[in-house]
Amino acid sequence: MSAEKQLYTVSIYTENNIGLLNRISAIFQRRHINIESLNTSPSEIEGVSRFTIVVNMTEVNIKKIIGQIDKQVEVIKAFYHTDDETIYQQSCMFKFRSNLLFEERNIQNIIKESNSRIVTVNKDFFVIEKSGKKEEIDQLYKELSVFGIMQFTRSGRIAVTKDEMKITALLETFNN
Amino acid sequence: METETIINKEIAKKVTERISGSEAIVRCLIAEDVKIIYGYPGGAIMPVYDELYKYKDQIHHVLTRHEQGATHSAQGFARISGKVGVAIATSGPGATNLITGIADAQIDSTPMVCITGQVPSHLLGSDAFQETDIVGISTPVTKWNCQVTKASQIPAAIAKAFYIAKSGRPGPVLVDITKDAQFEEFDFVYEKCTKVRSYFPVPKTDISSVEAAAKIINAAKKPLIIWGQGIILSEAEEQLKAVVEKAGIPAAWTILGASALPTSHPLNVGMLGMHGNYAPNKLTNECDVLIAIGMRFDDRVTGNLSTYAKQAKVIHFEIDAAEVDKNVKTDVAVLGDAKVSLELLLPLLNENSHPEWHQQFKDLYAIEYEKVIKGDLYPTKEGLTMGEVIKEINIQTKGEAAIVTDVGQHQMIACRYAEFNKTKSNITSGGLGTMGFGLPAAIGAKMAAPDREVVSISGDGGYQMTIQELGTIFQQKTAVKIVVLNNEFLGMVRQWQQLFFDKRYASTEMVNPNFVAIAEGYYIKARKVTKREELAEAVAEMMASKEAYFLEVLVEKEGNVFPMVPSGAGVSDIRLE
Repeated sequence: MSAEKQLYTVSIYTENNIGLLNRISAIFQRRHINIESLNTSPSEIEGVSRFTIVVNMTEVNIKKIIGQIDKQVEVIKAFYHTDDETIYQQSCMFKFRSNLLFEERNIQNIIKESNSRIVTVNKDFFVIEKSGKKEEIDQLYKELSVFGIMQFTRSGRIAVTKDEMKITALLETFNN
Repeated sequence: METETIINKEIAKKVTERISGSEAIVRCLIAEDVKIIYGYPGGAIMPVYDELYKYKDQIHHVLTRHEQGATHSAQGFARISGKVGVAIATSGPGATNLITGIADAQIDSTPMVCITGQVPSHLLGSDAFQETDIVGISTPVTKWNCQVTKASQIPAAIAKAFYIAKSGRPGPVLVDITKDAQFEEFDFVYEKCTKVRSYFPVPKTDISSVEAAAKIINAAKKPLIIWGQGIILSEAEEQLKAVVEKAGIPAAWTILGASALPTSHPLNVGMLGMHGNYAPNKLTNECDVLIAIGMRFDDRVTGNLSTYAKQAKVIHFEIDAAEVDKNVKTDVAVLGDAKVSLELLLPLLNENSHPEWHQQFKDLYAIEYEKVIKGDLYPTKEGLTMGEVIKEINIQTKGEAAIVTDVGQHQMIACRYAEFNKTKSNITSGGLGTMGFGLPAAIGAKMAAPDREVVSISGDGGYQMTIQELGTIFQQKTAVKIVVLNNEFLGMVRQWQQLFFDKRYASTEMVNPNFVAIAEGYYIKARKVTKREELAEAVAEMMASKEAYFLEVLVEKEGNVFPMVPSGAGVSDIRLE
């Protein structure tokens, strides 16, 4: 098992309960682990939520953390995966003054080449959205930063795994 | 006729009554067969207390003198009985005062349900009087918790709380109930919880893992069993004894596992860890197979992990999958309930006796006896030792008493030297090391087992952390025997200061009050012993008392607990002096 730190995507299937986010984040907090990104959403199963958490740590420790998450009463199952084992994306938004769109022709090129899209334009500002890997978003940020970004935000990672996680089968065993 | 009965049953099940949320809380407790609860009233829980007044013939509420005392009493109740302990408190400070006991129950796997009142739901988050986010605060130290804001949610929440607290690896749960939910009326019906989707409390024992374990054990030349509280929690004492005897394996215990196998059993080789016995610590690093059962390789047991049992194959019988490989890498993990797993293991084991291996334990015991035990139990120098007090209690209780300890030197000495004939007899704060645990825990233990002799042993430091519970003892007429081993120091910290901080006794010297007068102030019979000649007679007087009795024993000021595995050292570096 690797003793090197690397990024792991943690996927946690849970009941949809108030306070569960606190309970899960406390498990990272007490080991003094910084959460790189966090996303909560519904999952493919009705009534089951899914947390997607990215952390940078060793495999030895992520295994222990997964065990401690997994045993929480309202956690159905927790998994960890490397980047190679997942398809993952993040999303981001940039807000700029509208006049840039006409004054800085290069912006149009950057939008096109980076596979970004304009979400909205009005007389004061326009908004660009881009989904992709963190590195692509970082690159886009670098390119756009010269124009004076009014606002920027990046979402947490969302990921699906290449392997099946068999939550439906697991829920059936719980029910029996 | 038969059809009619079925229909009647169906109706009975579905018949509801329109009652308040607060009455429902009490009725839920009755339905869970709760007869004693520990708590303290206050604004946000008053509707429940009003119902407790009404139902006082069915539930006995014990008014402790502090909410922390309520949790420790509930813990003592749970530890001696195996049942769920219940503590109840109001919002705000009432709720936060429960936290130490909850954290203690969490780390020591004690089943406990805490019910807290909360400000009315429309005031949540408004910094209302006595409002605190107790669900947020208790989250990291509870097995499960929830907040209820509607009366109709109360039965399901409490049913779930009891089920989760007791099942699998037990632990504390907290249910926070807003005051408006307590007042609200609804159609009450109670159904016990037997299942929670997403919660799988006991992994099914995989027979192939048991077979793999048996194969390794049968091939072992120097096997060592180390057991923990898992044996007691799964009531696997008989199974442990059978395994130990059939395979002839020396067995040592963690302090929470103490009493699962009688102290006098020839294969019981003593206590593990920092102040445990010499032989099991030393030989942990010599055994060829280490068989851990229902224990979690706490750092106080293992010392430095990088030198811990590296030569051994490690087999871990464990109910909580998160404990496997957490601290010590295992070769074979047997997940499941200890009782079930050991029952499966027993027929697969070969009969064995390992006489030479046993001799190694005996030889090391002889060294420990000469260097440590003799001086602790049969001192010749002036000044009473803690050990001789424990020895006297052993003699006079014939090892039948439940010993409830606090935290510190007296705890280590009591665990080392107390003789236990019965299981569930050692009640102490292990994982959290909570000073102040002992006295209130003894109250709960005595109430849960009124026919048993319950002896609370504390030091002068920890005793004063929850000394107010003498009031509870007086009011409830709880016949606990209270022993304070007074060395006028915070002894364990002082010992560390002596050994590792060049005797700089920073804030460890205690200027103590007149403990006898304090006990007598609560109308508790009390006596102080300062001389060896008085000890046996004083203990006899205490044990003969039908009521609570307080005995202070002035012991040597700077006695140390040995053996000792210094912090950060390996178990084989255990020191005898």
